[in-house]
This record gives sequence, C-alpha cells and structure tokens, in this order.
Amino acid sequence: MRLRLVPKQTNFDFFRFRKITFGGSIVAMVASIAIWLIVGLNFGIDFLGGTTIRTESTQAVDVGTYREALSPLGLGDIAITEVNDLTFAVDQNVAQIRIQAQEGAEAITSETITAVEAALRSVDAAIQFTSVESVGPEVSGELILTALLAVSASLVAILFYIWLRFEWQFSVGAIAALVHDVVLTIGIFSLLQIRFDLATIAAILTIIGYSINDTVVLFDRLRENLIKYKKRPLIDVMNLSTNETLSRTLMTSVTTLIALIALLILGGDVIRGFVFAITWGVVVGTYSSVYVAKNVVLMLGVDREPKKPSDAGTQFADIDA
Amino acid sequence: MLQIALWKRLLIILVCVWGLLSAAPNLFYGQVERHNDAAIALERGAISTDEIAADLAAWPGALPSSLVNLGLDLRGGAQLLAEVQLGDVYQARMDGYWPEVRDTLRGLRDQVGTIRRQESVAGELRVRIGQPENMQVAVDAIRAIAQPVVSLTGIGATDIDVGADGDVLVVSLSEEERIATDDRTMQQSLEIIRRRVDEAGTREPTIQRQGTDRILIQVPGIGSAQELKDLIGTTARLTFHAVISTNADPGRSAGIDELLHPDMEFEDQFYLLVRSPVVSGDDLVDSQPGFDQNGLPAVTFRFNATGARAFGEFTAVNVGQPFAIVLDEEVVTAPVIQTAITGGSGQITGNFNVEEANRLSILLRAGALPAELVFLQESTVGPELGADSIEAGKLASMVALAAVLVFMVLSYGTFGVFAAIALGTNIALIFGVLSLIGGTLTLPGIAGIVLTIGMAVDANVLVFERIREELRTAKGPARAIELGYERAMSAIVDANITTFIIATILFTLGSGPVRGFAVTLGIGILTSVFTALFVTRLMVVFWFERRRPKQIEV
Repeated sequence: MRLRLVPKQTNFDFFRFRKITFGGSIVAMVASIAIWLIVGLNFGIDFLGGTTIRTESTQAVDVGTYREALSPLGLGDIAITEVNDLTFAVDQNVAQIRIQAQEGAEAITSETITAVEAALRSVDAAIQFTSVESVGPEVSGELILTALLAVSASLVAILFYIWLRFEWQFSVGAIAALVHDVVLTIGIFSLLQIRFDLATIAAILTIIGYSINDTVVLFDRLRENLIKYKKRPLIDVMNLSTNETLSRTLMTSVTTLIALIALLILGGDVIRGFVFAITWGVVVGTYSSVYVAKNVVLMLGVDREPKKPSDAGTQFADIDA
Repeated sequence: MLQIALWKRLLIILVCVWGLLSAAPNLFYGQVERHNDAAIALERGAISTDEIAADLAAWPGALPSSLVNLGLDLRGGAQLLAEVQLGDVYQARMDGYWPEVRDTLRGLRDQVGTIRRQESVAGELRVRIGQPENMQVAVDAIRAIAQPVVSLTGIGATDIDVGADGDVLVVSLSEEERIATDDRTMQQSLEIIRRRVDEAGTREPTIQRQGTDRILIQVPGIGSAQELKDLIGTTARLTFHAVISTNADPGRSAGIDELLHPDMEFEDQFYLLVRSPVVSGDDLVDSQPGFDQNGLPAVTFRFNATGARAFGEFTAVNVGQPFAIVLDEEVVTAPVIQTAITGGSGQITGNFNVEEANRLSILLRAGALPAELVFLQESTVGPELGADSIEAGKLASMVALAAVLVFMVLSYGTFGVFAAIALGTNIALIFGVLSLIGGTLTLPGIAGIVLTIGMAVDANVLVFERIREELRTAKGPARAIELGYERAMSAIVDANITTFIIATILFTLGSGPVRGFAVTLGIGILTSVFTALFVTRLMVVFWFERRRPKQIEV
C-alpha cells in the first residue's frame, strides 16, 4: 500500500477559474506592495547600520529595567525584545537589543558597546553577551546595493536561460512567477514585521531558485506535450501537463516542507526568520508555478510551429548512466 | 535495456565510498581536531610530549583527516571589517621627500632664491621660491630626482608629478605611484595584521583583502571584537624625536618642522618635538616585555645596525638633553640622555601594566601599520551561542532527514528505500566535498543542507513519477525504468541548472554566512543530481538484475 498525495489519474481543470486565481495573485501582489509602502519593512542593522546585542541570563528578562538602565546613555532609538524559543533551557533568558546607528559616526564606537554592556550588568549581574554585531552606515548602504544587484542579476540570468532553452513566452511567464513570489515575500515580511536583513535576501534568492525549479519542470512537460499533441488547444495541453506533473509537484513540495518545518521548529531562533522566508517561498512558489507562470504563457500564447521539433524534449536523453 | 558498464559501476561506488570516508572525520570532530593540531605542532618542530602523542593517536593517521571549517556563528569568535586609510601614507611619503627637495633647491639657491615650505593638503608638498621667474629650473631639478614607479602597470611613469602654481612649486604623487603605493599599503597592512594575530596565538584566523581598501579579519575563539581591535587596531608607530620643549602650550600651533604631542599619562602636558624622527620603529629588530630596575613593567627593544648608528650618533651629541619616545602620536616617555647609547638597545618604561607591556612588545615586534584602520563592521559570537546553534541545527537536520526518509519509503516502497539510501549518501558527499575544499559551514549553511535534504529527493521523485507514468502505458518494467530516467532527464537538468545559477550568484555577491549557504546549496545540487541519476539508478539496476520482476510497483 502506497501513500499517495494525489490519485493515480487526475483530471483537474486548472484553468477553469483562471480569472479568479490570476486576479487573486494580482490582488495579493497589490496588497503586498500596499502593506510594504504603508507599514514598511523592519530592516535589520545590515541595511540601517547600528548595533544588535544578544544577551543571555539566568535571571528573567525585564525589558523595562533594561530600558531604564540604557536611557541615561542617550543612544536614541533602542529596541529591546525578549526572545523565546523551545530550544532554550529553563533558566536561559534571552533578549535582543537593537541600537540605531549613531549620528555622524562612520565607524562603530567601542565605547558605546562597552557602556551598554556595563549598564546592563549593573541591573543584572549574571548577564552575558552572547553576540554583538555592529554595522557602519557606509557598509549598510553598499549591502543594500549588493542585495538589489543579486536579486536583479538572478532574474536576468533566469530570463536568459529559460529563453535559451524554451520560448520567450515561457521566460516571461517564469519571471512573472518569480516577481510574484518576491513581492509576496516582501509583503508578508512587512505584515508580520519580521526582521529583514541580508539573510532574508539570501532566502529570497533561494525562493527564486526553488520556484524556478518547479516552473521549469512544468514547462518541460508542457514542451514535450506540445510536440506530442500538435492539434490540441494550448489550454488542454497545459491542463494535461499540469495534471501529469501534479503528483511530482506535490511530492517535492511536501518533502521540502517537511524538512523546512523541522528546521523552523527545532533550528533555533537565530535563523528562524531566514527559514520562515524559505518556507513561505516554497508554498507561494509552488502556487505561482501553476497559477502565475502558466497563466501568463496562456495569455501570451505559444508559437506552435517549433523549428526543430525532434530535439526539444529529448535534448539530454542521450546522456546515460 | 538496463545496463551500466562495469567501470561505471565501480566509479560510482568508488565516489560514494570516497564521500563516506571524507565525511567520516566530521563525526568525530573533537578527536580529529586534536589529532590535526598535534600533527601540525610536531611539523613545526614541537617536542613530542605524552599529551601530543595521545592527541595524535586520537585518530588513525591513515584515514582522511580534513574537517569542515566551522564558521564564526557556529564556533564563536570575532569578526572585523576594517578600512585602511590609504591617504595617510601619501602624507608620510611627501614628508619623506621634503629633505631631498630642500637640499636640491638649496643647491640652486643662486637661481631660485630662498625656499620655504608651505602648508598644504595631505599628499602634496608646496614650496615657495624667492625667484619665480626661474620656476622652470626648479621644476626640472625636482623632476630629475623623481624615481620610476615600481609596479607592473606603472612602467615608464615616475613617482611624482611636479608643477608650478604662481611662485609655489607643487610636488604630488603621480596617479601610477598612488596605485602602486595603495597596493603596497594593503599588502603591508595584511601582513602586519596577520603577524599580530599570529603572535597572539589564536587558531585559524582568516585575513582577507576585500575590494581596494578593506580587510576582513575573522578570528575564531577570541572573546570579543574589542579584544581583536586592541590587538590589530593600534597603528603602533614608534618614533624617537629630539625635544624642543617639554612643557609646550597646547594651544600653540606647531611649525611645519615641528610636532606637538601630548603625554600618554598626563594629558595636559604637551611636548614640542622636531618633526623628522631620529629613528623609527622600522629599524627595530626585536622587542620583549620585561621589568625595569625598579621592578616596573617595561618593554625592551633592539635596533638594527642603521638604527643603532643613528641613535648612537644622536645621543652622543645630545647628552644632557631630553629625547622623546613617541607611540601613535603620544609621548610615552621623554628621558634625559645620560650618556651616548651606542649598543642599539634600550627599554621603554611608562605607565604600563604587565599585560599592556606584553601587548606593546607584540605590536612592536610585528611592525607598525602603514596607515590607520577604521572599523566599518564588527561582530562577536559567544562560543555558547555557537554551540547552541550547532545542537539546534543537528537536531533539526536529523528530524528532517528521518521525516523525509519515512515519507519517501511510504510513497515509493522499494524505490523509496533506494532514494533514502541515496539521500544519506548525498549528505555524506556534501560533507566530503566541503571538507575537501576546506569550505566553511555556517548556520545558514546548515539550513542549506536541510533544504537540500528536502529538495534532493526531487530528482528521484521526477524519475519515479515518470516511471509510474511509463508503467501505465504497459511497456514492461525494464523499459519503463529506462524510459523514466531518459525522459525525466531534461527536466532534472534544466531545473538544477537554474538553481545552480542562483547559488553561483549568491556566492559571488554574498559574504560571510550567506556565502556559506551558497556553498552548501551549490554542492548540494551537484551531489543530489549525481546521487539521483547514478547512485539510485545503480541500486535499481542491481535490484532488477537479481530479482528480474515481471511487474513492479513504484
């Protein structure tokens, strides 16, 4: 007896509600952008400059006391949050303190850090500083630029590769799906105010990688079927291809999600934001491969007269093991 | 049909065995690390003690002993990103040029008249001459003392540009020389930082140049970024100067040939010194911490021949006068010269404690930094947090692996077992490759491995699903398996190439932990394609050859 996520033979009509699904995607994207513009992202020090200090103590964290201890230092905006995680020991009390970049200081003043540490020790003798991180404003500006560059470079590289291997309509569809995923990720990060830092950018790139992987598998099957069923309407061939690959799509998403959820729960709070972004991306990416990428291809139409039909689907078939 | 040549079978098995063997040391991390440390110690000429011998025996020498490096976020330690203030060096170069320019122009006094050095921006030397009508003569004379640039790109160029601005002669470093100087400054800074970190005896530091003027320093095991800054952030420029006044007015402005520096201990006491040093730290050959005759901590030093001669000559003609020992623009001490010091060695006593004396001697031994460092980014990770992260990462990976394995076996039966074995091999291969290339495992890197665990089965899933489909068209199991692999190939290749492109971009543009993630993701893609296409297939073929099933269920 096998565990089956989908029945042996499926015949769903994935495009029956395409106006609703596609409209839904557009609404979700608009909403994400709106939330992003109104609420804004909770940028980490990678992008804003400043200092984060992670404290650990056997005594309970009292945010108010910490704040009082630090206020005489006049450091401007200080954010103190208590961190809870099921991987912590019973008497492990962790807090995260974020200090904004100091006006006019290009480099980090170690005096500031020393003063902060001393002030916190005065209210909690058992406190330890397990991680201290400072980023100067000069570097943070560059990091933003590099991050934008990385995301754009990935999109361009993929646009080009898909265009090379498939038709241009596919490459537009793939990019539309990727933009959809990235925008929705930015949206959820704005909505939940999860810290957005360099690791999140890495997560977004990973999402792009995963989502394109999924899209390509669907496209590959579509390409094969387009050659096989030359006379059938595009929408039918698309439905057929999606149904044929459905089992695989879900299998891969489920195994990836199983692994990611284990990491999300047990991997500790340090990388939780990063793992959350990837997990979200896998869900959104799977959806967008079916409902965004293919809808776009459907709208654009495909040139059904392939120049060299013989080599399209089996280009790598002669590689044997 | 389902055939794989014998040599291919052997090769696939060999790669797997190699992967398992190379990954094995990481299971015994502590033991292997001690073994490696002991081996290195012996290589460097340490005398074998019981302890070293025991450490060496902790891991058999015949087995591979390369380990995956743990990133700072897992091991604990400190990281600094420093910017070298390249402009500092230009000023020093111009100051160095001044005596030569002065002497050359003095030789031409009857043509150019009196000369006077003017205030100028850093990296420029401005000299007013008395007879501006003969400016060309002065310019030509200074051009004649220019040196050719010593660098590959600057062939044919000279090190200085000479020009005139009214009655002022302007000397500045040429563009080529600036480039060559910047490069030398960076090399020197890297070397000196490396020496200082090594002197402090920490393990496996990473010191890398980044871009034109930055240096990334990562030192595992060090307590805090502050500690690291104290060690490498000090310029440690030691100079010996003749003293003009020991009690100068801090408000007075120092002349062009003078320096005004505060006392290290008494901040309101200022000294007026002659700008050009008698001897500088460059002429030091050794420095050790010690104690003076009163039992106070002191730092002893020894000059090379040039330094010793210059110092001897200076002290001989200045008996009874004070001289100042200046460290990074502060006067450490300004003793009165009792007798000529010709031996070329001496000691500095100041307001040090033992630890400071020790650190100063390390800094002096390693040499001065050619330019100041400004820190742009710093981070410290405590070893406990790193250990917690490793534990959490381990647990999460194990659970993820187990869950995916169970799920695969439930979904694909026998074929799922093959996929599960391939997945195990895949993880071993990732660690094997990481160990081999000396890659660094970071916390996001662990996430990359977990993600690979989930995604690695994708290639298998593609093949298995395809085999299922082919079985439906009833071509017989062997043909179905073969077609399954054949037809899934293009999807697998395209899908993985695109992901690999992303990993490459992440690696190129990312830094630190993100890069660690890119490395594991990239390696994971390669190994998962290998295991899905070759390892699983080999297992399927072995199984098929033995069982010869008439019917299969995938």
